Amino acid sequence: MAKSGNIVRISGPVVEADLPDARLYDVVKVGESKLLGEIIKIVGNISVIQVYEDTSGLKPGEPVVSTGEPLSVELGPGILQNIYDGIQRPLKDIEKQCGGVFIKRGIDVSPLDRKKKWNFKATVKTGDKIKQGDIIGTIQETELIEHRVMSPQEGRVDSIKSGNYTVEENVGTLSYEGKKYPLKLYQRWFVRKSRPVTEKFPPRIPLVTGQRIIDTFFPIAKGGTACIPGPFGSGKTVTQQSLAKYSDTQIVVYIGCGERGNEMTEVLKEFPHLQDPKTGKPLMQRTVLIANTSNMPVAAREASIYTGVTIAEYFRDMGYDVALMADSTSRWAEAMREIGGRLEEMPGEEGYPAYLARRLAEFYERAGRVRCLGSKERYGSITIIGAVSPPGGDVSEPVSQNTLRVTKVFLALDASLAYRRHFPAINWLKSYTLYTDGLEEWYGENISTEFTKMIKNAMILLQKEAELQEVVQLVGPDALPEKEQAILLVTKMLREDYLQQNAYSDVDARCELDKQYQMLKTIMKFSERTNSAIDLGVQLKKIQDLPVISTIGRMKEIVDMDEFEKLQKQIDTGFDEVSKR
Amino acid sequence: MKEYKTINQIAGPLIFVSDVTGVGYNEMVEIMVPGGEKRKGQVLDVGRNIAVVQVFGPTTGISTSQTTVRFLGETMRLGVSSDMLGRAFNGLGEPRDKGPNVIAKEKIDISGLPINPYSRESPNEFIQTGISTVDCMNTLVRGQKLPIFSGAGLPHNQLTVQIARQAKVRGTGEKFAVVFAAIGITHEEASFFMRDFEKTGALENAVLFLNLADDPSVERIITPRLALTTAEYLAYEHDMHVLTLITDMTNYCEALREISSARQEVPGRRGYPGYMYTDLSTIYERAGRVKGSKGSVTQIPVLTMPGDDKTHPIPDLTGYITEGQILLSRDLHRKNIYPPVDPLPSLSRLMNSGIGDGKTREDHKGVSDQLYAAYANGRDLRSLSAVVGEEALSATDRRYLKIADEFEKRFVQQGSYENRDIDQTLSIAWDLLSILPEDELKRVKRDHIKKYLNKKEE
Repeated sequence: MAKSGNIVRISGPVVEADLPDARLYDVVKVGESKLLGEIIKIVGNISVIQVYEDTSGLKPGEPVVSTGEPLSVELGPGILQNIYDGIQRPLKDIEKQCGGVFIKRGIDVSPLDRKKKWNFKATVKTGDKIKQGDIIGTIQETELIEHRVMSPQEGRVDSIKSGNYTVEENVGTLSYEGKKYPLKLYQRWFVRKSRPVTEKFPPRIPLVTGQRIIDTFFPIAKGGTACIPGPFGSGKTVTQQSLAKYSDTQIVVYIGCGERGNEMTEVLKEFPHLQDPKTGKPLMQRTVLIANTSNMPVAAREASIYTGVTIAEYFRDMGYDVALMADSTSRWAEAMREIGGRLEEMPGEEGYPAYLARRLAEFYERAGRVRCLGSKERYGSITIIGAVSPPGGDVSEPVSQNTLRVTKVFLALDASLAYRRHFPAINWLKSYTLYTDGLEEWYGENISTEFTKMIKNAMILLQKEAELQEVVQLVGPDALPEKEQAILLVTKMLREDYLQQNAYSDVDARCELDKQYQMLKTIMKFSERTNSAIDLGVQLKKIQDLPVISTIGRMKEIVDMDEFEKLQKQIDTGFDEVSKR
Repeated sequence: MKEYKTINQIAGPLIFVSDVTGVGYNEMVEIMVPGGEKRKGQVLDVGRNIAVVQVFGPTTGISTSQTTVRFLGETMRLGVSSDMLGRAFNGLGEPRDKGPNVIAKEKIDISGLPINPYSRESPNEFIQTGISTVDCMNTLVRGQKLPIFSGAGLPHNQLTVQIARQAKVRGTGEKFAVVFAAIGITHEEASFFMRDFEKTGALENAVLFLNLADDPSVERIITPRLALTTAEYLAYEHDMHVLTLITDMTNYCEALREISSARQEVPGRRGYPGYMYTDLSTIYERAGRVKGSKGSVTQIPVLTMPGDDKTHPIPDLTGYITEGQILLSRDLHRKNIYPPVDPLPSLSRLMNSGIGDGKTREDHKGVSDQLYAAYANGRDLRSLSAVVGEEALSATDRRYLKIADEFEKRFVQQGSYENRDIDQTLSIAWDLLSILPEDELKRVKRDHIKKYLNKKEE
């Protein structure tokens, strides 16, 4: 039922065509070179199309053909380890078809490899009654991840057989209410619609990221949402990449939305060499990359976020914990603004379309910890971590504000911290998390109830430091009483030896929770001992000269947990000595 | 080829031609003005038999009845050849140096195609610029785009030519070329560049595109694209390492705004069009290294920040696309320090992949981080000591103050013909770090301290 018509007008990525009976959001092929586009507005017989490729040279009168289907992604084995553009075309295959390094127009490649045979093991039998979302079989897609093939449909299994199949071959059939449905290894899903679940739950388990400032002070829950706003150069991308590398999820979907080409290349070159901390296998085996760099067509950038989140939902439905990194959602919003402008829509705040807030909320709402669809109990989650790039670093602009309203964790990146090479440059006074209460129980059971107390005390010290710094700015540090100077000594330790973490260090790039606990315990012990020593009348100068301070300064490098016990003993002996004299 | 005499509206740089058929989007146009003058233009919008054409050049003299418009049936292309080296062109790619026309080996669409991220190679070769603040703290690597954020009256031109003159990769004798695009700069500035290129012999390996301040502003949209098309051709077809200097991107953005307002588009921030980010990215992203080619395109765009404001849309959007920035500071310039590079807000995102053992030196990263932290701390203390006096500071703090001063005098400051290699730069850095007590050197590895730190007797 392919409908066709002709181009009437061209203005940048927006094309108007005379296309009778068109449906909103259907995908169309535009012009002689068959550029991919999507219908975004219909006025009478005229369809307004956003084209995912450069429209130079297109002429009025050229044909437009509708595929009769909305923009969808292919979900099946072969997604992992792949790198896609914004509309799920594998960049590797594009390179092959273009025969060069530049992306030419009108390239048509299928998202999943049509030739590759997958070893499918059926887990249901002929005669079984299954529901939508039930697992009908598995494929070992990579060494790390077992791909669970789910039934798109309720019914009775007529036939099913294990064996080697390509994605298009039938592995069996299903009948429901007299109709027969073929079972395949892949399915298609409309990207702008979220995939259904049985039930959503409040998040209760932390996403362990291995980043001290996040895990300790601003934990993100599995199934939660977080945003990272910050001006350029404050380390958004490094933070996002650290989270992608070191967080304890099974699947990572990384969307490079309107960002730098060289940065995506870095991810591409680096991930195959990075090892999964648990299994030692390359991280790439659990990763899907979506790269729509800033100079690639703007309409595909708009679609890239939806493509990514739909893929994430598919793996969640298998029962996996998925982390989705979107870098950056501001570029996505700008793509909406650009297209909105071409459509001559009435702009809202700062030229952004009026539906910006709704789109952002809809996107973040696709996160969550869920009971998956299907008759057997299965739980999965999507955690969304979105970077925001506010102009000039000022978060009062619409994208930041609308994001803050829906996300629960706010990691405020701070340029002044970045200037002094304090990384991750997350400002501990401005950031917040709303998951602390929900996660307290988990931390208590799995780490120590003492941990949450220490965290609160450490935070109080850091806040106190900010107040004291104001005084110091006026009168100098020596005017403070010794007790307050001691606070500054401890908070300096907290900042330099705890909050700072080197993403490029072999040992320190990922810090396990028990090490975090020990490190914080060491500093807090030092703080307590300092306090009581000063009460005893020990001079602060003597404490400052304790050799243990420089040992603490190098505790990030510790690998063996027993070392911490020694370190804490060293603190005790050091203080015992100065208190004696 | 189709010719029309049906202009029905002229508005600023735009003309509207009616009753056209078979005209393509972005197609090139020739406009014959009464009197025989020929101008170029490009189709911006086409539909319902009306084509909107943007004229490169003044629209004065164009009339609705006497002017002929010819649609050329192709998008803007540049004829490229390696014979372009040593030549100077105007902003539309026509010879400016009285030399003959270049015989094109290939005609390439100037808007360029996006590079497939999968086909890129990650930039990791250190380029030594001979400037300490750049080499040590904001290292430039091949294939990077690193802009210079400057302000009116700061010596960015001097710095740009110094980089062009000194930039080299250690220990290689590979083919090297400079592509220079001047956008809306004054005649005086242009001749400064020309003189310097001639004097140092750099001109024979350079291609110059000059759009000067009195040239039509619409041409400014074209000029950087011509330069980058040439750069890509030399890099990917002739395996050359091309350094592309573009100055001044602020003039480019002004031209973009001018056209946008003539088209009556909905403006974004400060009247700049909403698509400026995407537009700028199609310029800046044309840098890098790719598979299957030895060459590379490295970009150093220069822009002047209006009112020295880094949050102004031009530097802001640029900073979000480029891989860092070199920021020039008016304070340092006032102190008579050249080059006035302020290392704190400057950044090179690709630095870590270009430095270290085998590339520069094993201690490079640690030294750079330590200097950053020390200088940042010293600068904070400077404002504190202004309030409470230097005597109120602790002994360590006084040393930080000293390192901040010495850093500016000995490390940042250098002559415009002084070419420091990386070893020299790092040894100055270690010299500075020796001011601090050893306990404070937390960011350098202990064995590096042993190896490189010279203890001074006090």
